[in-house]
Amino acid sequence: MQRIINFILRYRNAFLYGFLVLISLVMTVNSHSYHHSKFFNSSKWLSGSIYGWGADISGYFGLREENRKLVEENERLRMLLFNAPGDTLPPLDSIADYRVMAARLIKNSISSPRNYLTIDMGSKQGVEQDMGVITTNGILGIVENVSNNYATVQSVLNTKSNINAKIKNSEYFGSLIWDGRDHTTVQLIDIPRLVPLVVGDTIVTGGMSSIFPERIPIGTIKKYELNPSRTFYNIEVELFNDMANIRNVYLIESRDLNEIKTLEGRTTDE
Amino acid sequence: MNNALFLTLVRFVLLVLTQVLIFNSLNFLGGINPMVYVIFFYWYPLKGNQSIFMLVSFFLGLLIDMFSDTLALGAIASLTAAYARPVILRFCFGVNFEFQNFSFKNTTKVQRLTFLALLVLIHHLVYFSLEILDWSHFLLILRKVFATGLVTLVLCTLFSSLFSPKSE
Repeated sequence: MQRIINFILRYRNAFLYGFLVLISLVMTVNSHSYHHSKFFNSSKWLSGSIYGWGADISGYFGLREENRKLVEENERLRMLLFNAPGDTLPPLDSIADYRVMAARLIKNSISSPRNYLTIDMGSKQGVEQDMGVITTNGILGIVENVSNNYATVQSVLNTKSNINAKIKNSEYFGSLIWDGRDHTTVQLIDIPRLVPLVVGDTIVTGGMSSIFPERIPIGTIKKYELNPSRTFYNIEVELFNDMANIRNVYLIESRDLNEIKTLEGRTTDE
Repeated sequence: MNNALFLTLVRFVLLVLTQVLIFNSLNFLGGINPMVYVIFFYWYPLKGNQSIFMLVSFFLGLLIDMFSDTLALGAIASLTAAYARPVILRFCFGVNFEFQNFSFKNTTKVQRLTFLALLVLIHHLVYFSLEILDWSHFLLILRKVFATGLVTLVLCTLFSSLFSPKSE
């Protein structure tokens, strides 16, 4: 017994190392396979408020640019409003099902294979998990963890991200994923080979998702090729959003989300 | 509170803040975010208790992870760098390191730079291997390690000469 204790004491650093590595490996693997940790994420009070202060300061340097973006968006919306309603707008029932809230991005990230963003609104302001997040230019991500005053968003630039998307003015839809390499392009897969494609075509969100309304812009086709089995296209999509430079975002609350989720949950249970 | 402990504590807090508020959003050349907190392992007193040093490093990594949503990558990488530090010290400074009155003052610049570079290399290698977690992307891992590691090394060298206390 004495020998065992001596042995452990002698190699205590090695044991400590092994033990701590084991703990963190479990955490790493968990965060790779499923939603990232509920306890250690940047939506928490401490990290949230520090990022909030940081954004308060750095926000001033981008005010002019932000104003320009918002005015341009207003311009676009005014134009939609004045010109032929119904033609350019999504169907009315689609609008009525969604509520929009404005929030501010306080932490951005583009360089990791799994990027998470942090916004300054939380459950007190009505933010819930799985809400869609967009900017004036297009989609940004999906809310993942929510605390009282902050929330983390799984960016489209995340290898775990998988969003329903389609080619504008057609009904062919596929999955929008990211290979983790370039922060200006994402990939659209599972588009059948019979679909006519042109470089420069617009990609928008599809109607199969309960998170995003239909026809939110994503990006344009940069190049495309058939996948190794020659049945589907792999499409490189250049994002409309400049992911490195985002401050103001909109949250989309889908009224039907909970109903659809419980329904889907019940279907898969049985 | 004694002076060295206080200094370490201040460095800990300031390094976390600098890392998460400035260097995590740097995106130099389209996505290089140097990890300057590695210099903590360089600055930490050489003669301290190794177990405590490992625990402190682990929490430094974990705290950075919490801010950057990279759970436990930084913790493992920091822990490994801390665990390997005595070996690296012996490698870089040889027998001198064993003496009681050893300090950075009577070492050469090259020795110190090698020490720092090895710390950065180990930390980044562990971090990016686990981040990508796929050996088929071996070249991508190497590219990230060298690109980010180089920028980190340059910044850490700058930091170490800017904030080197005269008394140590």
